[in-house]
Amino acid sequence: MSRSRDIRSFLVDLSIYGVLVFAYFFLVLRFFGGWLTDLFTHHRLAYAFVAILLMVAQAAGLEVVSQLILKWIRGKKS
Amino acid sequence: MHFPISGVTIDPVLLAGLGFLVGILGGFFGVGGSFLAGPALFALGLPMNFVVGTDLVHIVGKSIAAARKHHTLGNIDLRLAAIMVLGTIVGIQVGVNGIEALKKIGKVDQVVGLVAIIVYTGISFFVIWEGWRTSKMPSLKAKGKTENQSAVAKDKMAFGRFTRWIQRIHLYPMISLPHSGIKSISVWAILGISFIGGAFSSFLGGGAGYIRMPCMVYLLGIPTHIAVGTDLFEIVVSASVGSFQHALHGNVDILIALVMHTGAAIGAQIGATLTQYFTGPRIRLAFAPLPLIGAGLIVYGLMTGHQMK
Repeated sequence: MSRSRDIRSFLVDLSIYGVLVFAYFFLVLRFFGGWLTDLFTHHRLAYAFVAILLMVAQAAGLEVVSQLILKWIRGKKS
Repeated sequence: MHFPISGVTIDPVLLAGLGFLVGILGGFFGVGGSFLAGPALFALGLPMNFVVGTDLVHIVGKSIAAARKHHTLGNIDLRLAAIMVLGTIVGIQVGVNGIEALKKIGKVDQVVGLVAIIVYTGISFFVIWEGWRTSKMPSLKAKGKTENQSAVAKDKMAFGRFTRWIQRIHLYPMISLPHSGIKSISVWAILGISFIGGAFSSFLGGGAGYIRMPCMVYLLGIPTHIAVGTDLFEIVVSASVGSFQHALHGNVDILIALVMHTGAAIGAQIGATLTQYFTGPRIRLAFAPLPLIGAGLIVYGLMTGHQMK
């Protein structure tokens, strides 16, 4: 029983997380695409810094979102 | 959808799906999956120089969360990581210079593709050979070890003489790694292995864990859990440096990397969870065909002009 509850929580977590993530990346592609292309073409040094920062920020942000969703699900269960 | 930086048109859902699959592999097998991500990107139409740089940036994102988890578990040998970063950064520069030289003569796809095919095929056959060799050794179950502990112990027995030989090299400066349980080892041995890992990483893309991890465990004698954690931590630093170098040379499409990473972040959670339900040394044999699939994708890409749509 406990294992099936864990699996259900995990699936709920993944579903919410998946929707948020896909909404996020469509927004990124729509609003950041032009700016990043301009940086790549004309300001390569700035592009290099921004690229690393964006990846680090996304990794940290997705980790935080994932932890918050898990906490929310566990809070609802108790 | 058109990605203007690299000039390719790829379905972003397909990209996220690729990242998702690679994330599962990473979470399950404990490898980055670049031997699939890189070839798949190439088969989808991304030029090889962009494959290398973009995959490296993607690895930075994937490694951050994993390294943090390993840090809380105490699996990072900071002294070892600091030395490895130095060697890796030098190796990365060599790899970056190699890519730039190949771009100048217009042979990036062919040379990097050929090297990747040789390396990935070699990894598959090594895993099969290692699994076969380990299965031939006497069982350690009678000594009260679990099946997995028995497999790890057999690995150590199989490669122990290489570890002892490396640790006996007295090339100063020597260093002790108490967190990894190593009394004395030459700094040059650590630098050499990390240099090779860095060169492969920036030449083929990804974290090159398939080179670095076996070398750390079987040549340096680092305990596996410390090797995994330290490798991940070191990759965050060195892959960031490598990604920066590649981005300066116009080899990184950050939009593709960000899209792939969204899928990888989800897949990694599933992969890590699956390890609770699947254990045992047969898992390593299940891993063996994967680099071969990557090699096959590169062959497909080179022969057809990489237009898998």
